[in-house]
Amino acid sequence: MPPSTMPNGQPAIRLDHISRHYTMGEAVIRAVDDVSLDLPSGEFLALLGSSGSGKSTLLNLIAGLDRPTSGAVIAHGQDLSTVSSLELARYRRQTVGMVFQSFNLLPRMTLEENVELPLRLAEVDRSDRAARVHEALERVGLGKRITHRPGELSGGEQQRAAIARALVNRPKILLADEPTGNLDSATGESILMLLKEIQKNPGMTIVMVTHERPLAERFADRLAVMGDGKLLSNGAAR
Amino acid sequence: MKPRDLSDLALRNLREAILRNSLTTLGIAVGVASLVAMLSLGVGLQQLASKRLSQSGLFDSVFVTPRVNLRGMGRAAMPPSSDQAPRLLDESARQEISRLPNVVEVYPQVRFFTEVRFDGKPFATMVAGMPASSKASGSFDGMQGSFFSGDAAYETILQSEFAKELNAQTSTLIGKDLVLRYAERQSIPPNPMDSKATSASNSESLPGGFSVVPKEMRLRIVGVVDTEPASGFGGYGNGRLLIPLQVAMTLRAAQVNDLRDIVRGTSSAPTFASLTVRAKGPAYVEALEASVKNMGFGAFSLLDASKSLATFFRVLDMLLGIFSSLALFVATLGIVNTLVMAILERRREIGVLKALGASDRDVKQLFFFEAGVMGLFGGIFGLFLGWLIGRALNFGTNFYLHRRDLPSVDISSVPWWLVLFSIGFAVLVSLVAGLYPASRAARLNPVEALRYE
Repeated sequence: MPPSTMPNGQPAIRLDHISRHYTMGEAVIRAVDDVSLDLPSGEFLALLGSSGSGKSTLLNLIAGLDRPTSGAVIAHGQDLSTVSSLELARYRRQTVGMVFQSFNLLPRMTLEENVELPLRLAEVDRSDRAARVHEALERVGLGKRITHRPGELSGGEQQRAAIARALVNRPKILLADEPTGNLDSATGESILMLLKEIQKNPGMTIVMVTHERPLAERFADRLAVMGDGKLLSNGAAR
Repeated sequence: MKPRDLSDLALRNLREAILRNSLTTLGIAVGVASLVAMLSLGVGLQQLASKRLSQSGLFDSVFVTPRVNLRGMGRAAMPPSSDQAPRLLDESARQEISRLPNVVEVYPQVRFFTEVRFDGKPFATMVAGMPASSKASGSFDGMQGSFFSGDAAYETILQSEFAKELNAQTSTLIGKDLVLRYAERQSIPPNPMDSKATSASNSESLPGGFSVVPKEMRLRIVGVVDTEPASGFGGYGNGRLLIPLQVAMTLRAAQVNDLRDIVRGTSSAPTFASLTVRAKGPAYVEALEASVKNMGFGAFSLLDASKSLATFFRVLDMLLGIFSSLALFVATLGIVNTLVMAILERRREIGVLKALGASDRDVKQLFFFEAGVMGLFGGIFGLFLGWLIGRALNFGTNFYLHRRDLPSVDISSVPWWLVLFSIGFAVLVSLVAGLYPASRAARLNPVEALRYE
């Protein structure tokens, strides 16, 4: 699928000279250092880099979980560096969905309840929720396991449930932080196939942080490599 | 988040750490229980005291005496501002007083010495006339036998100390008769010879006197009472042998003030030593006392005593409240501790919620709600516990009283305001305790929270 820009010509995500610095005592750690990047709508970007290269920090900035020290993060026309924290929470609810390496499902809730959680936060009508939860779980192949708790599932299944949870609010951007990091290679591959499938949704933009270059090259449209907080390279995957 | 989802999640969180949250709730409950128990005790004692005191008639009564009488009793002279002439406390004065607003009844104190014959032996004592309304005063609660069958019944109730003089087994006295010997007063017209003899030196003519004739009367003993329903007031001795007031008045027995009156030469008509005026309630006593004084009589009430009693109970309530608030304060620390621990434990969960789009406010409300629910349950359970403690104290007290043959009392009372106050207070205290943990949870950095293992 060819990458496209949004109807008004803007990219889905624009990173404009963003930096994220932390101070630890006297030292200043430049986790993200002057990164600029445009990501057209509908594209699948893999962020590569070694540990501590700043790729997860960059993902958190795109997710609206963190704010840049300087520069602007513009997602679907919204400058995340300037909006209020309430607006940022709404952005996380409605525009992005997030998947983590360690799944982060709430262990005492069933899959159904876990997937329902974003709908509760977004104040979706109760009458609509069950159908949407089922639809999301069907889509990741867990339609028959809605009453199970995360502990009763395999790692791959848990990650699928996490993807269902990320998608249930129909976001425009899916962010995945090392989604295959805790999975064996076969399961990891199936997860990436699922992400590729999800990318077929019109306008769905995916950003995945990974350090598995072969997988990234097979599934992503574009690779961006980071090192020491800087963007080292940015280009088409194949 | 919608309130229903908020409560769903909060209750779920509370259930998930059931042991710790139950213990915290129990802590609040114990605090509330001690608050409720102490306050219910304060309220109960106050109610008991004011009930007993209002029944006793001491606090809704004005005691009226002729002014001359007061002066004669060695009291300080009336202030010069009261320029009204001293008046006689006779039947017309009684009628006039009973027409004053908010007066329930006006009755004289009839007291006279008597010699009782029982089993052929003489016993000297003081007779007191009791108005029918005294039955409701509480003084006769728990008496042996019964109250007078009627206003004019020739019956008597004995004060137990006097009854023991007649027979140590006081219960055997009931139903038996005794003979009352008393001095009846018979008026005699003024003696013309006496008038003549004194007219030369004194233009005032002397009024007529009275002669005293011994009389007898048979009375049936209907009851024996432990309390002193006719305790002495203003120098009049305690009544040990009680008879209906109406009977006492028809006897026209010579009373202690008769001799004084005749020497003072006030009137030949009988006067009252004192009158008791009962008002509709303690609130009317002050005005009533003033109007009686304006009429030219001496009057006094125990209102000042009742006022300081009210102050005493207010201070008692406050002290009890302060002590039990300490227990609640400790419980509050328990809530703060539990919620702060919950934040540490649920750090990652808070991070996940924020990543899924929960706002700071959502997280804050969640913790706030959890604190409020613990407060509500702690309040309800504590109220029940406090009520139970009050009942237990009541039971213990009455068990003790019962063994001493005393009437049972209610020393603990949980009025509606205390129910609402204690639950409301528990919720409020819990919410205040939840303020800090809730805002701390809300401020949690989601990136750090998600990194937390």
